[in-house]
Amino acid sequence: MTRAIELNQVWKFYGDYAALRDCSLTIQQGSSCALLGRNGAGKTTLLRILAGLTHFQRGAVTLFGEKPRAESARRNSGFLGHGIGVYEDLSARENLHFFASITGHGSKIKALTETWLERVGLARVATMPVRQFSRGMRQRLALARTFIHSPKILLLDEPFTSLDDRAIAMLSELLTEARQRGATIVLSTHQLREALAIASHVALVENGRLRYTGERTQEMLDDPGLLYRLHTQLGTPE
Amino acid sequence: MNLFTQAFAVARKDLAIELRTKESLNAAGSFAVVILVIFSFAFESFSDEMKEFGGGLLWLVFAFAGALVFNRGFARELPNECLDTLLASPLSGAALIIGKAFANFAMLLVVELVSIFTFGIFYNVNWLSEAGSLTVVFALATWGVSILGAIFGALTVNLRLRELMLPVIIYPLMVPILIAAIELTNEVLNHRPIGGQMQWIRVLVASDIGFTGLAWMLADTILVN
Repeated sequence: MTRAIELNQVWKFYGDYAALRDCSLTIQQGSSCALLGRNGAGKTTLLRILAGLTHFQRGAVTLFGEKPRAESARRNSGFLGHGIGVYEDLSARENLHFFASITGHGSKIKALTETWLERVGLARVATMPVRQFSRGMRQRLALARTFIHSPKILLLDEPFTSLDDRAIAMLSELLTEARQRGATIVLSTHQLREALAIASHVALVENGRLRYTGERTQEMLDDPGLLYRLHTQLGTPE
Repeated sequence: MNLFTQAFAVARKDLAIELRTKESLNAAGSFAVVILVIFSFAFESFSDEMKEFGGGLLWLVFAFAGALVFNRGFARELPNECLDTLLASPLSGAALIIGKAFANFAMLLVVELVSIFTFGIFYNVNWLSEAGSLTVVFALATWGVSILGAIFGALTVNLRLRELMLPVIIYPLMVPILIAAIELTNEVLNHRPIGGQMQWIRVLVASDIGFTGLAWMLADTILVN
């Protein structure tokens, strides 16, 4: 099996504070890893390092054997951060057209834009400026923007935030499809049930350390708090 | 994917946003017109001397108006963390900076067009007969300041006092471009051929190539962290 993501003894400091401490993790192609942990544990820092947005001081990180800032690594990955990454003054159609054009789809840009507008249920409001969208609509547009170039690696930071039930179902479907076509998924979340339902693997972060990495088991699905009780010093999250 | 295709996509997106919001053009355009009108009262604007320092006045106005345009370039990417999205995408850093410079260039040319008409009316200067030479000078000098504005706009985008810091950093670096542009503009306003001032044209071309090359090479270093 191909290694999609490899972190080897990664340390990240903000001044004197170690946000990540000696983190090592290997994620195989086609697997889906839920990054769990409390606020400030280091999940976002880890995802930003994988997306090539943050430098780290020690260790090594590769995506399909390439450094995260390499052009091929960025071409192969789709990142959804805390911000939705879309322009308020452009319409949904203009946003998707722009992101399709910078990811290099040439003649397919228009068709791809329309397909994704339909896919995320925004075709009816395609010409409306994003500033008039509800939070859920923006989040759906952000998902379309992230998935539009069919990335091989999906890096999703709290993707369930602000989504209603229908949108959560849509995201789960998109993630399932992505896995079926062999994409590798890393998502951080506080929504344990949704994350564990999608995940094939779990990584638990606490105080910048990876406390647990391994396959997601049926016991975790039955009792989402189990992982926290067994592997952290702080007990089950509320 | 071709760097220039990506850069044009960035520029087109920025110009579409600007056409909708007009936040840079309104500010820079009205600033330029107000300054030119005020100075027309301060100076004896119908004298021949005007042609001797008209270039200086115009480029001073363009430099200050340019700062208003450049400040918005990367600040536009801050809401919704759009800059992070672009940096994590396959878009190259060089394409992002050069795309921003294209947008700066187009917006500054609009401001310059408005300004030169105002200048012609309020200072009684006939520049229309020299429109060709003036276009060459404006295009060469404007690209230089636009690419500088894009490079340092990227560098200062996360600073708290970026509106203050950007002009402080770029004005000293603009000096060679401004001197060359002022000399050449004065030549044009005096109806003398710019071909006799090749040294200043060389300065502009060298600055354009040098700063574009700098943007190309250092883009990733500038943009990430």
